[in-house]
Amino acid sequence: MRKIFRIVFALLLLFSVQNTFAEENHEPAHAASNEKFNAGNFIFDHISDSHYWHIITWKGKDVALPLPVILYSSNSGLSVFMSGKFHHGHSDYKNFRLMFEGENKGKIIELGTDGHALESLPLDLSITKNVVAIFFSLAIMLWVFLSVAKAYVRRKGQAPTGLQNFIEPVIVFIRDEVARPSIGEKKYERYLPYLLMVFFFILLNNLLGLVPIIPGGANVTGNITITLFLALCTFLITNISAGKDYWKHIINTPGVPWWLKIPLPIMPFVEFLGVLTKPFALMIRLFANITAGHIIALAFFSLIFFFAEMNVAVSYGVSVVTLAFTIFMTCLELLVAFVQAFVFTLLSAVFIGMAIEEHHAAEHH
Amino acid sequence: MELVTPGIGLLFWMAISFTIVFLILKKFAWKPIINALKDREDSITEALNSAQKARKDVEGLKADNEKIIAEARREKDLILKEARDIKEKIVAEAKTQANAETQKSIETARLIIQNEKTAAINEIKQQVAELSVSIAEKVLQKELKDKKEQEALVDNLLKDVKLQ
Repeated sequence: MRKIFRIVFALLLLFSVQNTFAEENHEPAHAASNEKFNAGNFIFDHISDSHYWHIITWKGKDVALPLPVILYSSNSGLSVFMSGKFHHGHSDYKNFRLMFEGENKGKIIELGTDGHALESLPLDLSITKNVVAIFFSLAIMLWVFLSVAKAYVRRKGQAPTGLQNFIEPVIVFIRDEVARPSIGEKKYERYLPYLLMVFFFILLNNLLGLVPIIPGGANVTGNITITLFLALCTFLITNISAGKDYWKHIINTPGVPWWLKIPLPIMPFVEFLGVLTKPFALMIRLFANITAGHIIALAFFSLIFFFAEMNVAVSYGVSVVTLAFTIFMTCLELLVAFVQAFVFTLLSAVFIGMAIEEHHAAEHH
Repeated sequence: MELVTPGIGLLFWMAISFTIVFLILKKFAWKPIINALKDREDSITEALNSAQKARKDVEGLKADNEKIIAEARREKDLILKEARDIKEKIVAEAKTQANAETQKSIETARLIIQNEKTAAINEIKQQVAELSVSIAEKVLQKELKDKKEQEALVDNLLKDVKLQ
């Protein structure tokens, strides 16, 4: 789905370049020693973070945008350089090496004076592909929403125009269908900015993830770190703004036999576990949905390469089918992009609503 | 495993950039947009309400007008009726008064006539008395001459005497 251009292009080139492919491609990730196509690596490379922004594979050579590497280690202090210095893993830079295989695949390891890898990895604060994608999406959000806000101030009380028309129904939807019913009429306005921010961030990154060419195509919302952070935000907001009833409910759950609370606090333990599992489910749901979509679409593409290794004619035939499948998957992913952004926002609102709810919480369950 | 292992660097940049952008957007975008939407919705609601109120007012005015017109009509009828009553009363009164006046004049006339009549009778009476006296005188003067003459004389006299 991402990189469709690259793959389609590669598909056309595949047969003419088949021979040179093996000779010229020294990139370990693409099975340097073995010309057999490795779908696992292929898919994995596309959905994981990277120190390069891969644009195209041209005649077996990877054309990629080098990104800044920022490393800190107790041995060599702070080091800042472009990832191009690694030459796609062909050479070390200073005492750092970008690994393309093994346990630390995709990571930068530090080499000791004797040329052997050190046990501890340096602290990697590099501007990776996902970081750039985040910056890009946040820049778009800044631009879009600041200009929309300006339009609201400028055209006070008037009908919306242009971009406003596009954004307003979504904002009103989040407000009236998500925040209001879940959090309640009294307090929803306090949490609305966060819900809007999360919704638009996830939606925008889901959509950008479907764009196959730079600056889209990064698997941001399908990255566990991003979903971890977003879920953590919801977790913190939920528990910081939680009312007395919420904690009372956890410690002394009403409607449960006393022997489940004393002497062994089984119920409080279960309830407390629930506090943690809610954001954990948020994190996994978004990550799994987006990643799975990408994997399926890429797997369909991999079929083309599999069959190409067997028979060129078969590959042509299969490519038509897989393209159809991939288009179908992309449409499905388009739907998933909206649904997952909505679900994350809705559940965040529901969790916040449950935490700040007064009295009612004690009556249910 | 790497797929489900959070990266420190990514988390770091994500936290910083997301928080900064969130704070900027919260202050300069979300709040103004939310407020503007709310203001606009409030003003629309208000406008709709006032329009409805105006419509109700107009309807009220219409009802009032009709009431006023009905009132005026009733009043007009009342006034006309009163005027008719007054007219009839005045006419009746005038009639009564005229009758009384006529009666009075008739009465007066009758009184005058009575008086005149009484006076005439009295005068006649006086004249009769005077004539009687003068006749008596003359009769007495000729008393002795002839009885026939006397009788002729009385007849003559009586001839002369006529009730005026």
